[in-house]
Amino acid sequence: MDMRTKGETLITLTNAGVRSGHRILVEGVDLTISRSEIVTLIGPNGSGKSTTAKMATGVLKPSMGTVTRKPGLKIGYVPQKLSIDWTMPLTVERLMTLTGRYARSEIEAALAAVGAGRLLGAAVQELSGGEFQRVLFARAMIRKPDLLVLDEPVQGVDFSGEVALYELVRQIRDTTKAGILMISHDLHVVMAETDTVICLNGHVCCRGTPAAVKRSPEYLALFGTRAAETLAIYEHHHDHEHHDDGCVVSKDGVHAHAGHHHG
Amino acid sequence: MLGDFFTRALVAGVGLAAVTGPLGCFVVWRRMAYFGDTMAHSALLGVAISILLSINMTLGVFAVAALVAGALLLLQRQNTLSTDALLGILSHSSLAVGLVLVGFLTQVRIDLMGFLFGDILAVSTEDILIIYGGGIAILVLLALNWRPLLAATVSPELAEAEGLKPEISRILLMLLMASVIAIAMKLVGVLLITSLLIIPAATARRLSATPEIMALVAAVLGAASVIAGLYGSLTWDTASGPSIVVAALLIFLLSLTVPTARLFGRRENHGA
Repeated sequence: MDMRTKGETLITLTNAGVRSGHRILVEGVDLTISRSEIVTLIGPNGSGKSTTAKMATGVLKPSMGTVTRKPGLKIGYVPQKLSIDWTMPLTVERLMTLTGRYARSEIEAALAAVGAGRLLGAAVQELSGGEFQRVLFARAMIRKPDLLVLDEPVQGVDFSGEVALYELVRQIRDTTKAGILMISHDLHVVMAETDTVICLNGHVCCRGTPAAVKRSPEYLALFGTRAAETLAIYEHHHDHEHHDDGCVVSKDGVHAHAGHHHG
Repeated sequence: MLGDFFTRALVAGVGLAAVTGPLGCFVVWRRMAYFGDTMAHSALLGVAISILLSINMTLGVFAVAALVAGALLLLQRQNTLSTDALLGILSHSSLAVGLVLVGFLTQVRIDLMGFLFGDILAVSTEDILIIYGGGIAILVLLALNWRPLLAATVSPELAEAEGLKPEISRILLMLLMASVIAIAMKLVGVLLITSLLIIPAATARRLSATPEIMALVAAVLGAASVIAGLYGSLTWDTASGPSIVVAALLIFLLSLTVPTARLFGRRENHGA
């Protein structure tokens, strides 16, 4: 694969942060997401991952810094977990049109794309965890989003399910050229396809490619060496070169790919 | 056609059921049963205040119910008492304050039983106009906002991330509920309003495969309860409001015997 051609910039956060009362939830976040790019936010609970993602998607207004989004940016969202109560009768087909209207053929195509075509008429309460996850992907993708936001996509999915999900994410990125923002507190697994990992702990503590982040002292200090040993286990057959500067937040905030060559 | 009191009661009741069915689905989906009860209990306070300020009663009841709902939203944000404790406080204190205020209104004779349990047989043609005018307005608002309302109910987080405004949906639902309480109070009374919201919707759930069908089935079952209840009250000379609720309950119990596989609006599974 050649150096990936990055598309237009979808979202730019510049020194952005959110204050709630006197408490600072997160501050000083520099971040850009472009088409076909995968950005992963990691960090412990309460580190500001969700807050950062909400700033990026426009759910939260930044109280510091600036956030700019491509005008008319369309976002598809795959929630961390969605428990649908029995009282809500919902078929997969109906769930697909939850936030927008789509033709039957579009629904079928979107479900087929994630290998869930036969689930069209099923009640969502009858789905297994893995099936539901796929349906939620299809639901987000039917919107043809510019940006796909995945909140803890592999939580509660077993190992082979994780591999399949990451394969799905990669496929979606390749076929739709959507930008992808992933949120993960599962530090053991960060998709190797991730272009930029941003490690948060109330601020950006380090950033870079998965390989660079796992070697950064800030990351090790935050999560310990054991976490580093298991981070990015999907980093298969790469022959990258990485600078070890991944953990330093550069002033322009876009240094992450400097010296990073996909072989 | 509307000359006969019984016909007027039927027309008014069916019109009300057409609104409480779909709206009641949201009450069931969002677990707002007790919340609806609280708003309904505040209706008596609305009546007392309307008389004190000599304003339109429907308007007064609506305003007080909406205020109570707003107060609850604000109190919830304080993160002190749990929601059910807050609801308990608001529900019973607004009912009690209403009763005390009514006691002070010595110059006006108030049919307290009528407000608590309703008097659907005393419905006037003007009441019917209010029910149908208000009811159609509520249904139109529900229909126009159906998708965002439903999305916000299934997952506020998801709705918000994809550009909808779940907080506005929530406020809209509360205002719609306050309106329904205002137009329903005369018919079934403050103590029984929520039963017309909850029982038909709960019955419809077992019979429906999609939210839209559930809303429709709830409206039909509510209307059936009104008709059965009114004829029952005519036959056995029982109180009309409670008879409607008993009819709704009997339909609910009957629905428990229907196998859940028999659903309205269920598509055949393709290749499954």
